[in-house]
Amino acid sequence: MSDVQTMRAWLLTDTPSSRRHAKLASLYKGWLTLRSNTMAMFGLAILVFLGLVALFAPLLAPYDWMAQDLGNRLQPLGAEGHLLGTDSLGRDILSRLIYGSRITLYIVALVALIAPIAGLLVGTVSGYAGGWVDVVLMRITDIFLAFPRLVLALAFVAALGAGIENAVLAISLTAWPPYARIARAETLTIRSSDYISAIRLQGAGPLRIIMKHIWPLCISSLIVRVTLDMAGIILAAAGLGFLGLGAQPPSPEWGAMIAEGRRFILDHWWVATMPGLAIFTVSLAFNLLGDGLRDVLDPKDGNQ
Amino acid sequence: MLDIENLNVWFGDGRDRVDAVKAATFSVKQGESFGLVGESGSGKSTILRAITGLAPHWSGRITVDGTDLGKRRDRAFYKKVQMVFQDPYASLHPRHSVDQVLSETLYLHGVGDIDKRVSTLLEDVGLGARFRFRYPHQLSGGQRQRVAIARALAGEPKLLLLDEPTSALDVSVQAEILNLLTDLREDRGLTYLMVSHDLPVVSHMCERLAVMKSGEIVEMMGVETLRKMTPSHPYSQSLLGASVSHKITA
Repeated sequence: MSDVQTMRAWLLTDTPSSRRHAKLASLYKGWLTLRSNTMAMFGLAILVFLGLVALFAPLLAPYDWMAQDLGNRLQPLGAEGHLLGTDSLGRDILSRLIYGSRITLYIVALVALIAPIAGLLVGTVSGYAGGWVDVVLMRITDIFLAFPRLVLALAFVAALGAGIENAVLAISLTAWPPYARIARAETLTIRSSDYISAIRLQGAGPLRIIMKHIWPLCISSLIVRVTLDMAGIILAAAGLGFLGLGAQPPSPEWGAMIAEGRRFILDHWWVATMPGLAIFTVSLAFNLLGDGLRDVLDPKDGNQ
Repeated sequence: MLDIENLNVWFGDGRDRVDAVKAATFSVKQGESFGLVGESGSGKSTILRAITGLAPHWSGRITVDGTDLGKRRDRAFYKKVQMVFQDPYASLHPRHSVDQVLSETLYLHGVGDIDKRVSTLLEDVGLGARFRFRYPHQLSGGQRQRVAIARALAGEPKLLLLDEPTSALDVSVQAEILNLLTDLREDRGLTYLMVSHDLPVVSHMCERLAVMKSGEIVEMMGVETLRKMTPSHPYSQSLLGASVSHKITA
């Protein structure tokens, strides 16, 4: 108990004694703020659960996600051995949902890596450089923003070919412009501040200023935005899957599962509803977490 | 040390053009402390920004330590001239600890043995080692300004530009910072160019001063003239008068 107490005091000190200590202390304070937000913790718990399910899918799934059993098709909820029923080919829906969580996480992780980083690069360079660089980059951004996201993603997938990787690429290509706009707006307010002038007076070049001084301040608002956008990204991926342009049929991608269940929606509603509920839960979790992260990370908040 | 001849600084173009500084001429000798006083918007801070290259449009001649300055500033310039900003709450990066701020500055100036130099810098400005890993939000205004001064001193400059270094601070802290600046000047033989609207501060810190009004220097005087309250220009007289009456009412 006393060990826990001293650990806490060590983390909450106002007089950190090393670089690592200072980093850990500020991380811990952020964690405390996040922890006090019940809804955010609820969202985080769902996402941690999703991560664990994806990690241990082979152990958790009662059946092989590919195993067909045509004599046992379209079983209702709670049927013997099939908690969430079976689909049109007699495959266990629960097992498919469990394996589908891997695909969802894969999509989310890839888009979360590609889109915000591309947006951050374009936005900060555009905002810091100004002049014609700014004009060119922002007009390109405007062109991407002018298209409805799903329609543009459809066009990209149609051009690149159907499949989960191309769906991710298409979603990323349509998702970066808002991040570029946010990063540029942040950069414009940051670049005229005294601390940027001060580091310029030390002879720092634009590359160092953008990477070491502007990025750390932009990243927090981008993280918040990405988390809030995650729901939209999952839905876009599911939408592409539903339209047959994302994951292809045998794959247990949740959107594709809904598309398959659509044919039986009147008589066997659970086939489409179960993956729908999964999408809904994960999207909601990301939204809740995003709200909480905004409280922790928003640099406009005075105590940061 | 610093010669400024016929300096004009303006913002914007065409009809939006605002002339912030008009034909300013003055020089600061090696080891001297020179004050620029005037009301807000009189262009005194703009002169500092023009010297450091932060103001984009200027004409005239700026000479530092015998070298004429062009449109761009090089590393040699940044090593000679440094600036302390007005607001210590805005001049430190909110996500960088004191250690990061000073280490990066030393690195940029190509100083070796950074770890030890950071500690000596902190000692020099009267902050102990326990402040080293704090973030700006864990420091008071006076402590922040000390960090900003340490940052300015890191490259061992000869000329320090002080942009109202105490106006954002409490009165008791103001005195501490001013004393620190006075001590540092003695120890290191620094030259100061100080901008202020606070006449007592200028009379405490500077040997000579220039009074500015709407972008022009209206009068230059020694600090004795200021103390005896005998300036010749009517604007300087009213400025001094206002300062005295303010003191009496306060």
